[in-house]
Amino acid sequence: MPLADHRQEVFARIREALKVPAPHRHVGHTGEHPTAPNHDDGLPGSETFRAWLPLVGESLEEQITLFAQNSAALKTELHRVGSPAEAAEHLNQLAREVGWHRVATHPHPLALPLAEKVPLPRLVVGPGYAVTDMESCDAAITGCDFLVAQTGSLLISSASAGGRALSVLPPHHIVIASASQMVPDLGTALHQARLRYAREWPSFLSFITGPSRTGDIERILVLGAHGPKRLTVFLVP
Amino acid sequence: MKVSLFIPCFIDQFYPHVGISMVQVLERLGCEVDYPEGQTCCGQPAFNSGYWDEARAVAEHSLKTFKDCDVIVSASGSCGAMMRVFYPDLFKETVHHFDALKMAPKIHEFSEFLVNVLGVKDVGARFDGTVTFHDGCHGLRELGIKTEPRELLSHVKGLNLVEMNDTETCCGFGGTFSVKFPAISTAMGEVKCTNIVATKADYVVSNDSSCLMQIQGLLDRQGNKVKCLHLAEVLART
Amino acid sequence: MIAFAREFKRMAARYTADLQHRALIQRALRSYEVKRDEFKARYQSWGEARQAASEIKWEAINHLDRYLEEFITKLEARGTKVFVASTDAQARDYIVKVAQENKVKRIIKSKSMTAEEIELNHALEHAGCTVFESDLGEYIVQLRHEKPYHLVFPAMHLTREDISRLFEKELGSQPTNSPEELTMIARSVMRKNYIEADLGISGANFGIAETGMISITENEGNARLGTSLPKIHVAIMGIEKLLPRLEDLALFLPMLATAGAGQQITCYNTLYGGPRQPGEIDGPEQFHLVLLDNHRTEFLADAEQRDSLHCIRCGACLNVCPIFKNVGGHSYGTTYQGPIGSVITPHLRGLQNWKHLSFASSLCGACTEACPVGIDLHHHLLQNRRNATQGKATWWEKPIYAGFVFFMRRPWLYQLSGKLGKIFFPLHKLVNGTLLDPLRLWTKTRDFPDMAPQSFQEYWKEKKAKGPHAPR
Ligand code: SF4
Repeated sequence: MPLADHRQEVFARIREALKVPAPHRHVGHTGEHPTAPNHDDGLPGSETFRAWLPLVGESLEEQITLFAQNSAALKTELHRVGSPAEAAEHLNQLAREVGWHRVATHPHPLALPLAEKVPLPRLVVGPGYAVTDMESCDAAITGCDFLVAQTGSLLISSASAGGRALSVLPPHHIVIASASQMVPDLGTALHQARLRYAREWPSFLSFITGPSRTGDIERILVLGAHGPKRLTVFLVP
Repeated sequence: MKVSLFIPCFIDQFYPHVGISMVQVLERLGCEVDYPEGQTCCGQPAFNSGYWDEARAVAEHSLKTFKDCDVIVSASGSCGAMMRVFYPDLFKETVHHFDALKMAPKIHEFSEFLVNVLGVKDVGARFDGTVTFHDGCHGLRELGIKTEPRELLSHVKGLNLVEMNDTETCCGFGGTFSVKFPAISTAMGEVKCTNIVATKADYVVSNDSSCLMQIQGLLDRQGNKVKCLHLAEVLART
Repeated sequence: MIAFAREFKRMAARYTADLQHRALIQRALRSYEVKRDEFKARYQSWGEARQAASEIKWEAINHLDRYLEEFITKLEARGTKVFVASTDAQARDYIVKVAQENKVKRIIKSKSMTAEEIELNHALEHAGCTVFESDLGEYIVQLRHEKPYHLVFPAMHLTREDISRLFEKELGSQPTNSPEELTMIARSVMRKNYIEADLGISGANFGIAETGMISITENEGNARLGTSLPKIHVAIMGIEKLLPRLEDLALFLPMLATAGAGQQITCYNTLYGGPRQPGEIDGPEQFHLVLLDNHRTEFLADAEQRDSLHCIRCGACLNVCPIFKNVGGHSYGTTYQGPIGSVITPHLRGLQNWKHLSFASSLCGACTEACPVGIDLHHHLLQNRRNATQGKATWWEKPIYAGFVFFMRRPWLYQLSGKLGKIFFPLHKLVNGTLLDPLRLWTKTRDFPDMAPQSFQEYWKEKKAKGPHAPR
């Protein structure tokens, strides 16, 4: 039996407090003039954010280029390949170079066939998989929902990337995506996710941008803090 | 144009040359300069220390002193900000609120007045030396003054302007803060002085004498030869 | 003087005298500034983005009842156990109870300033649990039994040598001065903890009212691991962290990263909408969300400072604060350091005890300028000063300001004192900088200017007497 909650008293205090309207205040003080929030016209819509955030080109090619630039800056290893077969070749080369023993993947129309081309023992996660099993894998091969050109991010969800842990536990995260999954910016990615999932949201969605990293020691960048040390993206047409 | 000077108390007593230089520059530019007598202090020390009733009492005196002026030019960005930005806050819900709001737009800081009101960038000054400019925080962030003093300096013959690192970082003066927390204030001033000295300039120029008092006080104590000058003192030289 | 104020002054004196420490912090923040400016420059309009962010938070805070209700309803509909806590003690008790009911022994925790605020670790340890801080910086300060130094960079006061020595002592690792190797040591220690922990605790950066999700921003992946593997996830967030719509994140995620850490976007920005849902293969079976008031409704009632609830805890105001850069994060003695801490701590812990932080500012306004949601920080410091003084004026200051008013309202008296000053001021030379010097607080470290032989007013009288056309 959980403790009684205190929502009634907190809500009562909130309502009481809000009886006094807040002054319409200016933003900061940088010589700008006071501006009142424009709430009669509603909040600034997310489409309008686009005009202020970093610029993204209109065409797919521009977006792929931007995605590639952002990826490079954040150490995502991006491979544009002509076909899933070509992706598999790269992957196998990677597996040999690093000396993988075992890979993990999940039932996914792009990820599973790719994983199946790697001649190594394979964990295909499903209900009741063992965490220690997954932890012993050298790489995880997953799908994703969208690629975000503006930031070089991937949007994944428990639905598209085999649950919560697969994309973060093994030391190397491999993502395969098709160019049609490219969206210009975060706003579009969120909007598209809503169209895809709003009837039943997955409990987990995540924007991933580069391999895990930290700057906690003297603000010096180190890759592979707790999550993957490497992130590789195969972009197929 | 008739211009009423506001010479804050500490400039009056410690740095009168700043006011005199302003008179010279303004007269050179053809302004009719007026100095409303009986002016004392804008009330900022009390205001910043939390004594708003006391600040209001002093500010009332200023409102009265400058009530008939159309254009008020302040020798200090900080005191100008007090009158322009903070008086309306201070007098909120009092009988003088309207007067404070009415006076606010008439207050100008010296450099901003020259450039934005008079439309002058070249005041015909000559000054031989390398200078670096320190942005006083109140002028910069309360009044939005950034380019004006630099435009004026760039037109002074013989003057070489070198920007220091972190010119927008506070010098650590902060009014009563400087004596309430002298260790912090001094540390901040030291950082500022390091940046000043690194420019190898002969002079530090600012539009706020209070910052300059802090900076000069530290430079002198450190035995540095760099001299502080108010912008008006540079512009007055011919 | 109140003990907290005395302690602050003592710490500030110690840190400002430590030139090496100041250099370390300033160097670290310099590299942040370079990166921040690089990414800010990519915005088509940072100013308008900031304005919009401020408006969105304004909307959320000024209709908090509505958004909070929507948020809770959506979360509960999908199996989240929401607990609204009025006080810090209630929040602690609830979380301890969850741990006890589920026989939790090991807890893996990711970074949460709200958990710091309610001193959660202490309560859990008292109840017999072991808490592992998984964020690298938090782990380091936990090993040192210290409080975080900075909202966002908890261990920025330590050098790699300090950390190497710490790991050597606490973990028995080999000394190294490579940040990479040090990070890998922490990684390998923590791996086992993720798998063995029964419960994961996290904070939340945003709550999305419309969809009933929390958003967690991190770089290391520790929060993701700690919310994926253990069978229970407890998140704690202040009631003010709400955003109305999902798409608002398109603005807030990049702005948080750029303003706070000088990044384009943080490595992981994750949304959690509940415990494991039907058909999902992993994730916790229980998801508890603790919503904390702990004086936040008092800010809300203070319309003048209500915007301090807009804070997204990005740390930008600390990063630009010249006070912070010189006194460091540990001087404050608060959960929240820097300008935002100075503004809100008086509300969280009592104005009279914590007013000194509002006075310990030159009011330069760098914080306000940096704040991505446009909180009027330095003006709030002024208001705190006013409120503190109105509540309880300092006994010796009151008469000084009464005298100040008396003089400044009487120009003749002001002028007279100027004249007298000129007579007596030269005597100051005799005591300059000594213990007898009334200006010692200034002159101990700085020279004081001389009074001018002729004041401006006297000059003006003379000038006028000579007539308008007299030579200058
Ligand atoms: S007050 Fe503003 S700048 Fe400071 S932490 Fe909060 S959001 Fe960031």
